[in-house]
Amino acid sequence: MTDASMSMDEIGKTRKPLAEFWKRFLRQKVALVALAFLVLLIGAAILAPWIAPYDPAAPDYVNVLQGPSAAHWAGTDTYGRDIFSRIIWGARISLTVGFLSVSLGALGGVGLGIVAGYYGGWTDSAVMRLCDLLLAFPGILLAIAVIAILGPGITNVIYAVAIFSIPVFARLARGTTLQLKRAVYVDAARAVGVGDGTIMLRHILPGTLPNVIVYFSMRIGTSILTAAALSFIGLGAQPPSPEWGAMLADGRTYMGVADHLTLFPGLAIFLTVLGFNLLGDGLRDALDPKLRMN
Amino acid sequence: MLSFLIKRLLGTIPVVLMVMIAVFAFVHLLPGDPARLVAGPEATAQDVAAVRTALGLDRPLPQQFLTYVGNTLQGDFGTSLRTRRPVVDEIGMRLMPTVWLTLFAMIWAVALGLLIGVVSAVRRGRWQDYGGMILAVSGISFPPFWLGLLLINLFSVRLGWLPTGGYGTWQHFLMPSFTLGLGVAAVMARFTRSAFIEIAREDYVRTARAKGVPERRVIWRHSLRNALIPIITMVGLQFGFLLGGSIVIEAVFAWPGVGRLLVDSVSYRDYPVIQALVLMFSIQFILINLLVDVLYVLANPEIRYQ
Repeated sequence: MTDASMSMDEIGKTRKPLAEFWKRFLRQKVALVALAFLVLLIGAAILAPWIAPYDPAAPDYVNVLQGPSAAHWAGTDTYGRDIFSRIIWGARISLTVGFLSVSLGALGGVGLGIVAGYYGGWTDSAVMRLCDLLLAFPGILLAIAVIAILGPGITNVIYAVAIFSIPVFARLARGTTLQLKRAVYVDAARAVGVGDGTIMLRHILPGTLPNVIVYFSMRIGTSILTAAALSFIGLGAQPPSPEWGAMLADGRTYMGVADHLTLFPGLAIFLTVLGFNLLGDGLRDALDPKLRMN
Repeated sequence: MLSFLIKRLLGTIPVVLMVMIAVFAFVHLLPGDPARLVAGPEATAQDVAAVRTALGLDRPLPQQFLTYVGNTLQGDFGTSLRTRRPVVDEIGMRLMPTVWLTLFAMIWAVALGLLIGVVSAVRRGRWQDYGGMILAVSGISFPPFWLGLLLINLFSVRLGWLPTGGYGTWQHFLMPSFTLGLGVAAVMARFTRSAFIEIAREDYVRTARAKGVPERRVIWRHSLRNALIPIITMVGLQFGFLLGGSIVIEAVFAWPGVGRLLVDSVSYRDYPVIQALVLMFSIQFILINLLVDVLYVLANPEIRYQ
């Protein structure tokens, strides 16, 4: 009974700011359009096997390098494969890489950041020096170094891109933790004998989430872009994978002959990254109106 | 000032040391035996053993690390596995093209970024502002390698005005530096705009207006000058981004720089070159950050006396 009433109180406390957040977010027209586009894209990626008009890997040597038409909305490539279908399947790859790598980075980073901020002292110093070290490399360089160790391939790209998200999330979570650990309710929890682990998980972690969510959206854009760049330079997804960056690299030989080979995959990367960045901007503005740019 | 400089310099030493340990550990993190990698796939067990002794891989790790630090300080990074030439020569040949590329990219970035940022801030809430900020957010999201391809398609393949790639004349510089600089220009535009708006609220700007200083002078002299401090910091921090970005751009434009060397070396598993380049990129990055801090303090006496 006591438990139930406590959790009701907690819900009452958290719902109010959440409702306010939603109200502010719904006013962000651009972010809403971005969200709608991303929902559509995610839907298309999930339903790829059913909605893609053609098999993304099936060659069709009769219809090679054809421009956009009613039969092939985005044209066909050198093997006669339907580019529109390949882009839909490619969305699966890019979105998976984006979500998985940022999730891994956020999980590791937030964990490290909370532990560092909560315990302070040498734990804090050690974690922050690790972040300094990771930030001492430009992001894509770190990713390339990781691929040099693990070898090229899309799975390794996920790890490579995840690593350079870790310090960003660690610093973010540490900052919030430093504020929250002085909060009265944390003191109260400690006074009634709640363990460190429980305090971090139940009382500090939720407080770090708003900032983490904003960064999550922005980092997905960056991560998708980085992953596509790695595939473009040949260190990520390998042909015949319909990864967008790899498709661009494939199509560059046919510029001037078949422009649609480089047009549509590039557009797909641009719109997806733009979507996540605009969504991130909107979330940030809704979360903290003070941070708004004007 | 001097004590700040010394403190800041000493502060970078642990970071540099950690980077060196990480780069040193790199070879030991590789799957398989480093000696076998160096000796090549056809080497006999005897050859591998000889390579192991020659590289000192049979000695204890701390001793190996000291040797590595010693060699590095003397500029000895070993031999490229691909070309069998000293790594220093391989990098030396390709260093300047990358340096020039990043510098010209930064010029594009600062020129375009400041212009768009200032115009957006001054015409706040009007179409120039919205246009500028739409450009900025698009610039941040635009895949630079795609932009490079689109430019090559237009200016080289169709119009035939500019070379598709390579290095040499000023025409070779135009597209790669623009492509590399555009993302940073977008970041600079957003940053300049908010720095400018911040400063427009300051007392001295209001005073200048109140005493009848022409608007043009208020913008360029009173506001921009003061906005320059955070902007300089931003320029410095973005240099690291350009260094990273150059890796991809060099691949697009067949630019004979260190970025392309790195990509080629990863494909060929040329570990001594990778090791040296990763070290070089990160030390450059650390030094730039150091320089930014020093410039920042020089430009802002308030911090100096704290």
